[in-house]
Amino acid sequence: MKVLLGIDGTEDSLRALPRTIERTAAAGDDLTIAILDHPGSDRDPEELYRRAREELAESTIEAPIRRISGDPGSRLVEIAETEEFDAIALGGGHRSPMGKITLGGVTEFVILNATVSVILVR
Amino acid sequence: MTRERRYPDEPAGGFPAPPESFTDAAGRTIDLLAHGEGPIEAEIEALVAMYRNFDSADRAQGLPPTREPAVRDWLDALLSADAVNVLAWHDEFVAGHATLVPDGEGAHELAIFVHHQYQGAGIGSRLIRHLLGEGERRGVERVWLTVERWNAPAVNLYRDVGFETTRSESFEMEMALRIS
Repeated sequence: MKVLLGIDGTEDSLRALPRTIERTAAAGDDLTIAILDHPGSDRDPEELYRRAREELAESTIEAPIRRISGDPGSRLVEIAETEEFDAIALGGGHRSPMGKITLGGVTEFVILNATVSVILVR
Repeated sequence: MTRERRYPDEPAGGFPAPPESFTDAAGRTIDLLAHGEGPIEAEIEALVAMYRNFDSADRAQGLPPTREPAVRDWLDALLSADAVNVLAWHDEFVAGHATLVPDGEGAHELAIFVHHQYQGAGIGSRLIRHLLGEGERRGVERVWLTVERWNAPAVNLYRDVGFETTRSESFEMEMALRIS
């Protein structure tokens, strides 16, 4: 299975990174990591790139890391479609101080608009 | 994610504080009591018992957790000293639980849970008012919450006590209230 993982520096996306790599290794999937634009994020794209490279170095798999600029949701949906990915993987949502899960705008857009399966990593 | 949260300009204070007893629509005597004032020593065990029997159809946004160890971890965080908790007791059983958890930014996040055997009996609307009253007594000024947009009973309850919608473009809408 060809999986496109989008990370934007939010906590849930950073948790999704090692878990998706692990899952990809176990399943023998074909992973691509997309670094998304996230205005206002504390983490810049270079840091995310470094982090993804480090996580991959610790794993048994190799995966291309791509910087995706533009609207994150629509770009992910478009790339998944044009490059024939089987699934888009994203972080499973932000947890409030109370512990309630809320989904970000990128996740909502992808769930509603993707023509491929969407995996929310918890 | 840093995004400034809006609050209504007008305070909605003047809420009743616990303790309070009333007869619910099913004729049961319900006692609304702040956490620590309940009829039994181990309140947390009564809470765990309620959440262990919580109807999974009533879960929202991942809460309450399903497995008991996760319920206990979650309750430990909710019952911290700077949080505000009010319980609705039917004898030694917890019928409902409402909580205000500090958000680290000077405001509190609200949630309310009523066990399915006690729903539709007027407990939730009294419980939330007394939670806000207890919060007011303890100096809580601003309260917010998120609720699934399609959960009309919950949205109406929050609106009735004075919450205003502050963000509604997501699956979960955000509502806020100023106590003082």
